[in-house]
Amino acid sequence: MKILVPVKRVVDYNVKIRVRPDGSGVELANVKMSMNPFDEIALEEAIRLKEKGAASEVIALSIGAAASQETLRTALAMGADRAILIETAPGADIEPLAVAKLIAAVAREEEAGLVLCGKQAIDNDMNATGQMLAAILDWPQATFASEIRLEGGAAQVTREVDGGLQVIGVALPAVISVDLRLNEPRYASLPNIMKAKKKPLAIRPAGEFGLDIAPRLTVVTTVEPPARKGGVKVGSVAELVAKLKDEAGVL
Amino acid sequence: MTVLLIAEINGTRLEADATAKALAAAARLGAVDILVAGEGVSTAANEAAGLAGVARVLVADHAVLGRQLAEPMAELIAGLAGRYTHVIGPATAGLKNILPRVAGRLDVMILSDVIGILDAETFERPIYAGNAIQTVRSADPIKVATIRTAAFAPAPRGGSAPIEAIEVAPAASAASHWVEDRLSVADRPELSSAGVVVSGGRGVGSKENFALIEQLADKLGAAVGASRAAVDAGYAPNDRQVGQTGKVVAPALYVAVGISGAIQHLAGMKDSKLIVAINKDEDAPIFAVADYGLVGDLFQAVPELVERL
Repeated sequence: MKILVPVKRVVDYNVKIRVRPDGSGVELANVKMSMNPFDEIALEEAIRLKEKGAASEVIALSIGAAASQETLRTALAMGADRAILIETAPGADIEPLAVAKLIAAVAREEEAGLVLCGKQAIDNDMNATGQMLAAILDWPQATFASEIRLEGGAAQVTREVDGGLQVIGVALPAVISVDLRLNEPRYASLPNIMKAKKKPLAIRPAGEFGLDIAPRLTVVTTVEPPARKGGVKVGSVAELVAKLKDEAGVL
Repeated sequence: MTVLLIAEINGTRLEADATAKALAAAARLGAVDILVAGEGVSTAANEAAGLAGVARVLVADHAVLGRQLAEPMAELIAGLAGRYTHVIGPATAGLKNILPRVAGRLDVMILSDVIGILDAETFERPIYAGNAIQTVRSADPIKVATIRTAAFAPAPRGGSAPIEAIEVAPAASAASHWVEDRLSVADRPELSSAGVVVSGGRGVGSKENFALIEQLADKLGAAVGASRAAVDAGYAPNDRQVGQTGKVVAPALYVAVGISGAIQHLAGMKDSKLIVAINKDEDAPIFAVADYGLVGDLFQAVPELVERL
């Protein structure tokens, strides 16, 4: 069984982003970029499934500008067998719906048995691509996974839901989106980084797929959230209780 | 403009707070029908009908919908969507699972975690964990959106909308099935709707020490939260996580104990009405957003606070 893992190049999670003062967006020039952390977890899980013999091949897929090759090389260094970049124009806004259509096209071509993806990308925070992909493929979905067990053409998935966990079973092929607690992704070792340079990375222009990937949303403006002003420091617990009672009136 | 609002159903119960907040958002767009879908949901439907400003309650009561699995739910909602300009639900784990699938079925984009509605096509939503707010205009014929409930006050009660049953053609789907729920048992308010939240961070130091946070929460009638650092360290379960990758809360009072205030945590609680921080590091970023900050050892301060309350 082939596992397809979509990976996105995003601003590194440790970077404090800067909103351009003219409202035109978030500053991306000269900012450290990395693989979306949730996608790393999805990739780690796919590699572990292959190591356990539950999968034959792990294919990493990215959709974006040429720079996303770097993210795919990271995926190959972690342990993906090969990579595909669907190249889009620099700066083009490829929304989750368009991304889902492109992933669906590759999933069909490759006859993937499982798509493992991050539950959301930490740039746009949409939490949508996996669900949209499942809809387009008409496959079952298991989102926000914290445990995955493959057994006889099906997956049993423990999901993070409000108030606890839910366990569901889905028949394969399926789309599974992963949450934080599923695993801790490995670091790529230096020998594996070297080996990754020789693994196949196919580049295909997005236009080749003949799909409607035009954005449906127009970004009107991007602004900083209203700043919250700090309050006062109190000197003791007694003073804190007094403030809460008398000043704030919350007790 | 007509809006289909998907009620959040937990088992057979209506999650009234989340649904009423999403209703308040939906009502700005036009007449609102509420869909109550599940198995054995007549009580939930009656409760939904009692919310003010509802045109109709549509009830889809069928075994296939009993666990709100994404496949039959999306099928049902996509089938109804053509009669509406907007399909909206609260941004709960349940509807974040279902509504993007609906959007995918309809070939439209999803608007996730909406915090502001400017007009029928224009919405505000947070990106980069709330470190930027984007205003987007949708060109889709049907707008599918989830509403961040912390951003809206609940619609009041006092309505009496008519209730109509709708026929559900059960999709004979073997593709997915429910196995079990493992819900955290707690005699405390639900984290995302609690009026008071007490959260612990890495400073709490251990799973055992988290009992201190729970004692304070019980004294205040509060829900218990945790920072991602505390969850990662195994001090608290993940469903208590407050932050970018966890839950977003906006209670009347938020007490952060031993939490430094990483960007990702602030994204989940900075809309709280009143923030209290207890931390031994006086330079901790949490103090920059706290209304009242107490610099000190939490192992002394929290027991003293419990005693004085």
